[in-house]
Amino acid sequence: MTEETVELTLPSRVESVAEAAGAVADAARRLGFAEDALFGIDMAVREAVTNAVLHGNGGDESKPVEVALSGTDEGLVVTVRDRGQGFDPEAVADPTREENILKPSGRGILFMRTFMDEVSWARHPSGGTLVRMTKRK
Amino acid sequence: MAELNIKERQAGDVTILDMDGKITIGDGNVALRSAIRRLIEEGKKKILLNLGGVGYVDSSGIGELVSSYTTIQREGGQLKLLNLTQKIQDLLGITKLLTVFDTYDEESKALNSFK
Repeated sequence: MTEETVELTLPSRVESVAEAAGAVADAARRLGFAEDALFGIDMAVREAVTNAVLHGNGGDESKPVEVALSGTDEGLVVTVRDRGQGFDPEAVADPTREENILKPSGRGILFMRTFMDEVSWARHPSGGTLVRMTKRK
Repeated sequence: MAELNIKERQAGDVTILDMDGKITIGDGNVALRSAIRRLIEEGKKKILLNLGGVGYVDSSGIGELVSSYTTIQREGGQLKLLNLTQKIQDLLGITKLLTVFDTYDEESKALNSFK
């Protein structure tokens, strides 16, 4: 049985987005995910890390973003933790509603939910927000 | 190599931007924003974005396309999209933006639509 783990601690800057997505997508590829699923996993991690860098940590490079992956032949779980004050995903406006459709931002969570099987947010016991995303084969 | 390369050409009064690379947070977004800003300054307001060479767009990139569209529209111009890959078409479908953007898979048809 194939198993993969990834653990990254990255500074809160835009370059970390591609670094995290690349590492997770490489591990997912080794786990045998199909190309379509890899696209979605890469996208979801990009969006989660972008949110952590820009919103959770407010672009403060001294605040880390922690990315972890744990995967087997059956699927994978990716977590992304920031050091922010937490947020309520239900409070984010639906970007597909007519009044929001021409807004320049607010689509990241939609992509995360679209491309992963499960996405949840929680307060980390030591502070910050932890987003947990599951993708099954 | 830059994340997004943009080449400009003119077909009548329509400016075509042939784009190659990724439109994602950071360099790709900035390159698109700068190109649109420059065209507006030059008075070019009929713009066709050829996305045939763009294999990847994230939510920031989608946001940049929307910003480009609304900026050009505010200036009384038009922005249309050409040669969407299936992935980008899917993303515009998910975000319901296919109902907003005029999209084409043939350049001649896209150019005629500006008239």
